[in-house]
Amino acid sequence: MHLILFIVFAGFCLAGAINLLLQSHPINSALSLIVVMTSLAVLYLLLGAEFLAIAQVIVYAGAIMVLFTFVVMLLNAGREERTLGSRSARKVGFPAVVAILGVIATVILRAQGLGVAGLRDGITSTEELSRVLFHELLLPFEVTSVLILIAILGAVALASHGDTDSHGNRDPYGNPERTAGK
Amino acid sequence: MNSFFSQEIPISWYLLLSAVLFSLGVAGFLIKRNLITVFMSIELMLNAVNLSFVTFAHQWHAVKGQIFVLFVMVVAAAEAAVGLAIIIAVFRARATLAVDRIDLMKL
Repeated sequence: MHLILFIVFAGFCLAGAINLLLQSHPINSALSLIVVMTSLAVLYLLLGAEFLAIAQVIVYAGAIMVLFTFVVMLLNAGREERTLGSRSARKVGFPAVVAILGVIATVILRAQGLGVAGLRDGITSTEELSRVLFHELLLPFEVTSVLILIAILGAVALASHGDTDSHGNRDPYGNPERTAGK
Repeated sequence: MNSFFSQEIPISWYLLLSAVLFSLGVAGFLIKRNLITVFMSIELMLNAVNLSFVTFAHQWHAVKGQIFVLFVMVVAAAEAAVGLAIIIAVFRARATLAVDRIDLMKL
């Protein structure tokens, strides 16, 4: 059961990731990325991380990818033009990718003491997770809430269109002081 | 039926899948010529690393590994919001999403 589920959803993952690279239209890439993220949620479930599996579906496949598809549609992003890319990417980038993959695969395959994963190993309950999160790691949790608040403010400030002042002149930089001064 | 459910697979398979996904993300970062798709490749890399975290949390029975994934998700959400806002700002200034034409900082 575990083996079948792993093979099926690892296959979905890889197929989605390769499809992301091959598609030339951004919306198709976004949809294949959703496939990757949803199959990763199933793999998390196989590894006993039930809370993270749900969070993966809701946060990643839901919220973040909706943001992506929304921006793709908002900017009307069309088919990308294929160019050869930069010289450094071809000469250094791709050999480096192959080298990194080779090194990581060698290390993993040679590592001793890596166990096996089965459906019997039990799951990490949300209760267990939240006990550690809210007792030992309360400060990092609060810091991330400040971080996400700042990120929201920054996103609004960056994407705002620039206000129109009372004279009808558009302030292209959306500078609040300039607008307020007039 | 009992042996059907007690099947186990090596942890290293998960790690290999994670490594391959990460490499595909890096390759996408280098190949893709659209700003949004380049950003999606970064998300793919983040997901690959998350899979490694969950796998090791399972291996060592450590809950903190899973909590780290939660933090990565929060940071990824913040990063996606800010990054896409920057992409919108760039598109407004340049009216293009092709990375070859957004190269003012290139040497």
